[in-house]
Amino acid sequence: MSVIEVNNLTKYYGKARGIIDVSFKVEEGEIFGFIGPNGAGKSTTIRLFLSLIYPTSGDAKIFGKDCIKYGPEIRQEIGYLPSEVFYYEGMKVLDLLKYSASFYQKDCTRRLFDLADLMELDLKRRIDDLSYGNKKKVGIVQGLLHSPKLIILDEPTAGLDPLMQQNFFNLIREENQRGATVFFSSHILGEVQRLCNRVAIIKEGRVIKLQDIKTLQADNYKKVRVVAEDLDQDAFQFPGVTNLSKEDGVIRFFYKGDINQVTQAIGGMKLLDVVIEEPTLEEIFIHYYE
Amino acid sequence: MNIFLHEFKSYLKSVAIWSGANFLIILVYFSAFTTIALEAAQMEAMMNSFPEEMLIAFGMNDMNFGSLLGWFAVVFLFCQICLAIQASNYGIALLSIEERELTADFLLPKPVSRVKIITAKLLAAFLALTITNLVVWASAFIVINLNRDGREFDVQALAMILSTIVLFQLFFLSVGTLISLLMKRVRSVIPLSMALSFGMYILSIFGSMLGEDKLEIISPFRHFDPNYIIANGSYDLPLVMISLAVIVIAIPASYVLYNRRNITAAV
Repeated sequence: MSVIEVNNLTKYYGKARGIIDVSFKVEEGEIFGFIGPNGAGKSTTIRLFLSLIYPTSGDAKIFGKDCIKYGPEIRQEIGYLPSEVFYYEGMKVLDLLKYSASFYQKDCTRRLFDLADLMELDLKRRIDDLSYGNKKKVGIVQGLLHSPKLIILDEPTAGLDPLMQQNFFNLIREENQRGATVFFSSHILGEVQRLCNRVAIIKEGRVIKLQDIKTLQADNYKKVRVVAEDLDQDAFQFPGVTNLSKEDGVIRFFYKGDINQVTQAIGGMKLLDVVIEEPTLEEIFIHYYE
Repeated sequence: MNIFLHEFKSYLKSVAIWSGANFLIILVYFSAFTTIALEAAQMEAMMNSFPEEMLIAFGMNDMNFGSLLGWFAVVFLFCQICLAIQASNYGIALLSIEERELTADFLLPKPVSRVKIITAKLLAAFLALTITNLVVWASAFIVINLNRDGREFDVQALAMILSTIVLFQLFFLSVGTLISLLMKRVRSVIPLSMALSFGMYILSIFGSMLGEDKLEIISPFRHFDPNYIIANGSYDLPLVMISLAVIVIAIPASYVLYNRRNITAAV
């Protein structure tokens, strides 16, 4: 059974676009990346899952149940970390986390303290006095303290230092191994690449690509860098080559197609160096946004 | 229950301040009563030299300076203004505060329905208002008894006046809540709650100044006029029903609007 099932989900804010005709499925146990630039509709999609906003048309099912009709019930098993964390004025960290825990049927006390330890969170401090990164940690703990079956992360790493990011990713991986499905929205492709099994790329409110991370990287493009004496840029003017550039005796391009064509073209050259590698998600992504 | 307790705790400081303000108003005005009552004739002569409109504005147009309840009616008007501001503040902030301070992103993804959220919040605000209400009751009885100097007063009439507070508060709480939900975004609570509470007050005094009774129909300051209760020994029932009707419409309407509301991200 799919944990998330989105069918033709559309949201307009008056006349302004939110998302248009979005459909995809997230299977149990996946870490699913949801990437796109700011304003593409990532948060809109997430807010629809949590019934913070209501769809114009289409629907979304979580754990097989309509996420509006059965909202309170399915949210027992959802942990959500918003991109911006704000909490009630004057509350101490521990009070807020206990308030958060009080919404769930299970006893979350143990997990609360374990997570706070892991994130090196000082429970006695007032939330108002915390730095942005520390507030974010409070957000992480409150999102995970009830060991949810579905974890929804909306650009979670902003404000965390690299070490904490590492801790956080390990934590998410652990939760995933425990059986939790993760829906990870981000515009930072590196982290999606590190963590996710599959991605959906969203652009101007529409999902334009839905693929395995591996296929996304492997199937499409190779990144080629050639350094040689007497470089001739025209040697690479054949179909499948894009973004060809020559600079300081180095030729770079992307290639999609039969790789032998490239090796043949290189074959006659006196090479100093050649690199054929998989492009980063970043580079693929830019391609989709051209 | 957890939301109710959390909300109620957040009102404690504000309740203490507003209850204190009401107590002080009653205490300070009644400390002056003994002096004023002694020179009632002179006071009345002085009052007659003021323009009629001004007296109306302060509810002093047909007051009896020698009477405890007559004086209380003047004091009660100031209490009503405080109570109106307090209840409007609570109503307008009730749900809008979550959106303004972005805590809606914390609360609404929790496994709880919006009906439960609004119910818990309304009940917590109502309990907070009721504490202030009780403080006004206690202050009125204690302060009047301390300053009555052997004068008698109609205990039943006083109780009738004080009994109006609950509906008066509910009017501003429910109308405030409804207004906040009719707006796309409430940027600041105070200007709105001032407009609501003082707007209703000004409507009621304009009504009496101009002898125009159409305006007073919507103002709870008219619906629960203490002078009417003292003079007639009963409520102005048709007007009280108007307040009641507004509350009975505003609360369910707020539920419907909140259930349909899109809580959009701030950024």
